[in-house]
Amino acid sequence: MSGHDSKYFSTTKKGEIPELKEELNSQYKDKRKDAVKKVIAAMTVGKDVSSLFTDVVNCMQTENLELKKLVYLYLINYAKSQPDLAILAVNTFVKDSQDPNPLIRALAVRTMGCIRVDKITEYLCDPLQRCLKDDDPYVRKTAAICVAKLYDINAELVEDRGFLEALKDLISDNNPMVVANAVAALAEIQDSSARPIFEITSHTLSKLLTALNECTEWGQVFILDSLSKYKAADVREAENIVERVTPRLQHANCAVVLSAVKIILLQMELITSTDVVRNLCKKMAPPLVTLLSAEPEIQYVALRNINLIVQKRPTILAHEIKVFFCKYNDPIYVKMEKLEIMIKLASDRNIDQVLLEFKEYATEVDVDFVRKAVRAIGRCAIKLERAAERCISVLLELIKIKVNYVVQEAIIVIKDIFRRYPNTYESIIATLCESLDTLDEPEAKASMIWIIGEYAERIDNADELLESFLETFPEEPALVQLQLLTATVKLFLKKPTEGPQQMIQAVLNNATVETDNPDLRDRAYIYWRLLSTDPEAAKDVVLAEKPVISDDSNQLDSSLLDDLLANISTLSSVYHKPPEAFVSRVKTAPRADDEEFADAAETGYSESPSQGVDGASPSSSAGTSSHVPVMQPPATPAPMPDLLGDLMGMDNSIISAQLVRRDGQIFYDISFDNGTQAVLDGFMIQFNKNTFGVAAGGPLQVPPMQPGASARSLLPMVAFQNISPGAPNSLLQVAVKNNQQPVWYFNDKIPMHVFFGEDGKMERTSFLEAWKSLPDDNEFSKEFAASVISSIDATIEHLAASNVFFIAKRKNANKDVLYMSAKIPRGIPFLIELTAAVGVPGVKCAVKTPNKEMVALFFEAMESLLK
Amino acid sequence: MPVAASAIYFLNLRGDVLINRLYRDDVGGNMVDAFRMHIMQTKELGTCPVRQIGGCSFLYMRISNVYIVIVVSSNANVACAFKFVVEAVALFKSYFGGAFDEDAIRNNFVLIYELLDEIMDFGYPQNLSPEILKLYITQEGVRSPFSSKPSDKPVPNATLQVTGAVGWRREGLVYKKNEVFLDIVESVNLLMSSKGSVLRCDVTGKILMKCFLSGMPDLKLGLNDKIGLEKEAQLKSRPAKSGKTIELDDVTFHQCVNLTRFNSEKTVSFVPPDGEFELMKYRITEGVNLPFRVLPTIKELGRTRMEINVKVKSVFGAKMFALGVVVKVPVPKQTAKTSFQTTSGKAKYNASIDSLVWKIRKFPGQTEATMSAEVELISTMGEKKSWNRPPIQMEFQVPMFTASGLRVRFLKVWEKSGYNTVEWVRYITRAGSYEISGNPIRRYGTHLRAVVDTNTSL
Repeated sequence: MSGHDSKYFSTTKKGEIPELKEELNSQYKDKRKDAVKKVIAAMTVGKDVSSLFTDVVNCMQTENLELKKLVYLYLINYAKSQPDLAILAVNTFVKDSQDPNPLIRALAVRTMGCIRVDKITEYLCDPLQRCLKDDDPYVRKTAAICVAKLYDINAELVEDRGFLEALKDLISDNNPMVVANAVAALAEIQDSSARPIFEITSHTLSKLLTALNECTEWGQVFILDSLSKYKAADVREAENIVERVTPRLQHANCAVVLSAVKIILLQMELITSTDVVRNLCKKMAPPLVTLLSAEPEIQYVALRNINLIVQKRPTILAHEIKVFFCKYNDPIYVKMEKLEIMIKLASDRNIDQVLLEFKEYATEVDVDFVRKAVRAIGRCAIKLERAAERCISVLLELIKIKVNYVVQEAIIVIKDIFRRYPNTYESIIATLCESLDTLDEPEAKASMIWIIGEYAERIDNADELLESFLETFPEEPALVQLQLLTATVKLFLKKPTEGPQQMIQAVLNNATVETDNPDLRDRAYIYWRLLSTDPEAAKDVVLAEKPVISDDSNQLDSSLLDDLLANISTLSSVYHKPPEAFVSRVKTAPRADDEEFADAAETGYSESPSQGVDGASPSSSAGTSSHVPVMQPPATPAPMPDLLGDLMGMDNSIISAQLVRRDGQIFYDISFDNGTQAVLDGFMIQFNKNTFGVAAGGPLQVPPMQPGASARSLLPMVAFQNISPGAPNSLLQVAVKNNQQPVWYFNDKIPMHVFFGEDGKMERTSFLEAWKSLPDDNEFSKEFAASVISSIDATIEHLAASNVFFIAKRKNANKDVLYMSAKIPRGIPFLIELTAAVGVPGVKCAVKTPNKEMVALFFEAMESLLK
Repeated sequence: MPVAASAIYFLNLRGDVLINRLYRDDVGGNMVDAFRMHIMQTKELGTCPVRQIGGCSFLYMRISNVYIVIVVSSNANVACAFKFVVEAVALFKSYFGGAFDEDAIRNNFVLIYELLDEIMDFGYPQNLSPEILKLYITQEGVRSPFSSKPSDKPVPNATLQVTGAVGWRREGLVYKKNEVFLDIVESVNLLMSSKGSVLRCDVTGKILMKCFLSGMPDLKLGLNDKIGLEKEAQLKSRPAKSGKTIELDDVTFHQCVNLTRFNSEKTVSFVPPDGEFELMKYRITEGVNLPFRVLPTIKELGRTRMEINVKVKSVFGAKMFALGVVVKVPVPKQTAKTSFQTTSGKAKYNASIDSLVWKIRKFPGQTEATMSAEVELISTMGEKKSWNRPPIQMEFQVPMFTASGLRVRFLKVWEKSGYNTVEWVRYITRAGSYEISGNPIRRYGTHLRAVVDTNTSL
């Protein structure tokens, strides 16, 4: 029975568009329909068929429902790019919205809501008003969702026309599907508004609970999700809600089940009776387990949620650990999550079973999974004191298999076990040392070195073992170097004989003079200083007792956990991040041409300004290991000059510096004041890797400075040379030294505007085109509350001096809107819109750029320019 | 927010767009490029079904040779999104008659767009019941029942049925002969040690129904499950009948089942959709009757030869028989030559799955069969890692047998016209993942596990 539509994809002749145009205007209906199908096919594969707009819209007035739907689909996709032509469709829409056929009435309203063109929106209101009161529930349920669509385009209009009230009335509708859609729409509107619009009262509560029984599975999800925002007044109400929701746990739809679990968990907080709570826990376990027989993707979502649930209420699944055992053919992401939950559910009662499983997994093929399994054994050892010995014996068995990555992973976790249970399992060190030469991963090496250093007094040949690592010291990664340094110091303190003494000298020399890693150098200097002044004090510091560790690496903080549990079954619960961390709801107020713009901004429509574009999460749960901090000697804060004596020169000197742009070139404007009693010479400067790849373009030229003298230098800089990866930031780390004094390190800020190029000017038309071509989520805005524009012309001139070029301006009510452009190297443009009233504090800056990551830095730069 | 999608894409394995539908304005139109670049063309593909790239999240599933990708930018309901995809695919399949793959999509793209418009509005899933949608989105899509021209089969008030309380059944159905077919289909999942002790075992069952009933019938199903029987005894205040009762760990029901009533009365009552559907699913972990026992012995004789002996015993009733029994015994990749002896059925070496495959068409109850095989391996240089023996897998079907022991006690049909119905009930048990471990570690494990099990029962 399948169709044969694939032929529509195949026409790729030369004159395709003109040919389609001709066919669309054919007098034969079938030919027109085929042509529209071809247009849709072309649209699907990404060809631009917007030039056929008028011709397609002409096919709209048809009796044929299928053709009508295709034309509507086309309109949804292209109306935005042809707003002036879209108006041609309005008449048909309005007419269709009064069609005797409810399907067509609903279709018209549904489609109109998807067309985000101001002019169409105006015409939408009347049909929408009618449809909200339509006799047919199918039309009403479509109209309910349409209100949410309209609110997204123009919130004010929705409120003015009283659509919110109409929507609230629909909650009492006699059709459950209408109720469900109205609830979904209201919940969404509430979500994007700061004012209370939709609050569930005890009256609506009972209505919703009744509708729950009758509506479709999806409707149940909408209702349950909005009920999860409801705070029960007292225990009795909470129990009542739970009782009405519990039957949903038996639903075949996983989304219904998870949303029901969410509500039950939330209301359980209020319930005090332990019997009721125990009973509820018992009821929730089987449905949660059943989710694990769904499609793997759904299993994954379920497992991420179960991970949260067992952290809050470990009893629910305490007896179900077997269902989390990995199956041979589970996808890797399911296995990884199961492993995590197994660790959480592991107890003295089931640890033997669990260890058998882990051991089995450690012999599988997937390297990441194997590693995680080995770590899991270590984490169980740390968590369960009584099982630690059994865990260790499993690890030793695995080490004996001699698979390289298993051994390395095992050593990393054994180091943690040593930390957790000091002086208990050292007898196995000999076995570990057998694998010494096979270690090639930094973390494993560092762990082994830590073990040797920590137990140096019990390992006869500890010095030999460490020495074997020392040969390659300069080539080792920083992690290993730091560990080697500390271990050697420990060795020396424990066995202050000749061998270790020579070693420590070699290491300290390596770690101070021959390295450019500031962390390593600092640590080495501190040890050096400690050892040279007071070896006993050094012992107290370096060999101090370490605090006890626990396996809390994957435990979430309890307030975050509650936050996530309130979001069960959503993305937030899958990422284990609060919604704010990944949803960047940055919206700008509409650039309406009408006078009402200012009011709209005041009525609370515009969203709060961007809060961190990248949304870095405060806590990430992706960590796989229990990273126990390898021993860090408590660093002595604030180096005292007189203590450091010969190592660090005294300094009362002052350096001040700033990045500036002169004649299209970037310079580091740096000045020195010699506050010492000596002549300073041989100045050198070095910059750490940074976001903009700023580095010195030549040597620093500073003449020898007499005591009390000062000097100034303009150092030419290069940019975008050696860019540090990671999220952009404006940090510039600088190191300056001279022949007399040690290195000064300081942090400077890179003002982004120094990169604004002289070529940043754009033509009006290209500005407009660029603005349109960028998607809306590339647009960000920020309010500079402290900035004032006192004169438009002066501001334009001032900004032009920093290569922010003026393009156009217009008046909007009492405010001026300026359009400007700037460009940083590598062709990244910034399209800027500044809105401000002259003389009144507060400048709103909106920007569109292809490079979203730079936006935060851009705002920083603009704010400083406008100060 | 219960939003499930801002945009949905169907892509083929090369990343070409087959279908794209934007539901909301909060994601850009070019999001599919990000998916191709950051997921499809990297090793990421298949490592995690939910990914965040920039401000958007991508949820994707692979179904035959098609990727279905959902893009969202808000804190969407992920469970809802994935379930929507699963249901939508089922819907498309019922429209195209079976397959859902690249060709089927290309051949039906107009229909798919039409359906996508209907089943989701602004990212909120709407009614996805094929039964109802077929009322007004016709297969050929040529003529709508509402076009002003007279059509052959006018369907009145389709819209009322889409939104009605019984959103899965249309009114006015008439059958000459009223029939109900009910199949209990169980799949047994097992992990057995090579010594024959059970490491893990459960049954997932489903009850499939096919209804050809007139009007709006009310159905009630009674099973020999423990809770249902106890409740019934309690309601009728008489002692529960003796006999085997089954404890169901968990049940989930099709949306037609009245859940509130199930919760209070423990009866399964429903107005069924027309035609075929899955009434309920259940899971059982206690008291499972395993249909087969498998005892393998695998000996590695030096580095180039292996001896494999597999004995299979059927432990179901002597009058029953299993069909399509297949035993797959994994062998190392470097297998060169094999020879077999079997007491029944045929065995051969299948190099593409690195397994010996032993097939027995019909396997009577209370009997046993053995296969012995000799395997010669190519000796390889420096193969340090010992071969990690994957488990032996088994496939079978046993008609008229349920591993759980579940039985239908009654199936009542009420309709106001009071017609008579013919009811047909069948049972079948299949192998789910029926695995017998070949690994010695497991053998070691069994011993310990026995100790643990006695502990937990205390």
